[in-house]
Amino acid sequence: MREHVVLRVISKLLMPLILLYALYVQFHGDYGPGGGFQAGVIFAAGIILYALIFGLEEARAVIRPWVLRVGLALGVLTFAGTGVATMLLGGNFLEYNVLAHHASHGQHMGILIVEFGVLLTVASSVLTIFYVFAGRGKRRQDAEE
Amino acid sequence: MDFAEIINLFLLTLLTITGVAIARMRALFPAAMMTGLYSLLSASLFVLFDAVDVALTEAAVGAGITTVLFLSTLALTKPEEKPLRKNRSRLAAVVTLATGALLVYATLDMPPYGASDTPVQQHPLRDAFIEGTQNDIDIPNAVTAILASYRGYDTLGEIAVIFTAGVAVLMLLGSGQRKRAPAKSPSAKDKPDA
Repeated sequence: MREHVVLRVISKLLMPLILLYALYVQFHGDYGPGGGFQAGVIFAAGIILYALIFGLEEARAVIRPWVLRVGLALGVLTFAGTGVATMLLGGNFLEYNVLAHHASHGQHMGILIVEFGVLLTVASSVLTIFYVFAGRGKRRQDAEE
Repeated sequence: MDFAEIINLFLLTLLTITGVAIARMRALFPAAMMTGLYSLLSASLFVLFDAVDVALTEAAVGAGITTVLFLSTLALTKPEEKPLRKNRSRLAAVVTLATGALLVYATLDMPPYGASDTPVQQHPLRDAFIEGTQNDIDIPNAVTAILASYRGYDTLGEIAVIFTAGVAVLMLLGSGQRKRAPAKSPSAKDKPDA
């Protein structure tokens, strides 16, 4: 896509906005619509846009596949780890009240951490699937040449 | 008929037209783009029904990611759908119409949109949750409060599913990534099939 100047310029303008919007959806999830899942998908969509315009290899250089594999597992571990942490602090599994002195502060903290785990796993999973699917087309093409 | 109903009807009509168009299409590339349009229309309908969280998900996943996945799958296959044999399509039409008729029949039992005398509206748990999210958790968005706190187990299970999906795709298709030759510029769409 070397020749598509308009696409390249517009997507460069849009990229930071999309990533920023993902973060907004993530951290504003307590007040408005959104949360980890939507934010993760929007973040992944931003990177996928980059891959579509600038090529898969460029996107792979920005976020390497091994980072995604780590993120994939780290998200679930963050979520489940929060549950284990609340158990160690004397509560039930995923009972956030014990995370802070004030119960609702604990809830806020717990939700923030857990949503971060969701963001990590969802974004990594979507990007992994995209990398693998798009990578297969490329590999087949390479075999032809 | 007020304004919201007219918009609803308009969007539903567009949704139906899009659905029929996708079914009739033989070329897969426009069909993939049309599924994106279908998701966008669904998302607009969800906004009208005040289900903004669902609308956001539908717009991002349905209109965005799924379309891209369709397109990258399209790069691996032929751009045209394989034509069907005639005798098979008649049976399929009967099954489709019967299923559709059953679904329409099932919706007749559902309460009208916004009805206040449904079990969902009258159950005591409804008030308990709406007040509980404000008292116990103290965040304005009840959906987030329920998903991440009251229903934390389910959400943990959900991201375990997403994790499993990612790992499964990696295990099935992701091997041999390191053996690839360095970047080549032509897009995959130019040569769709080996």
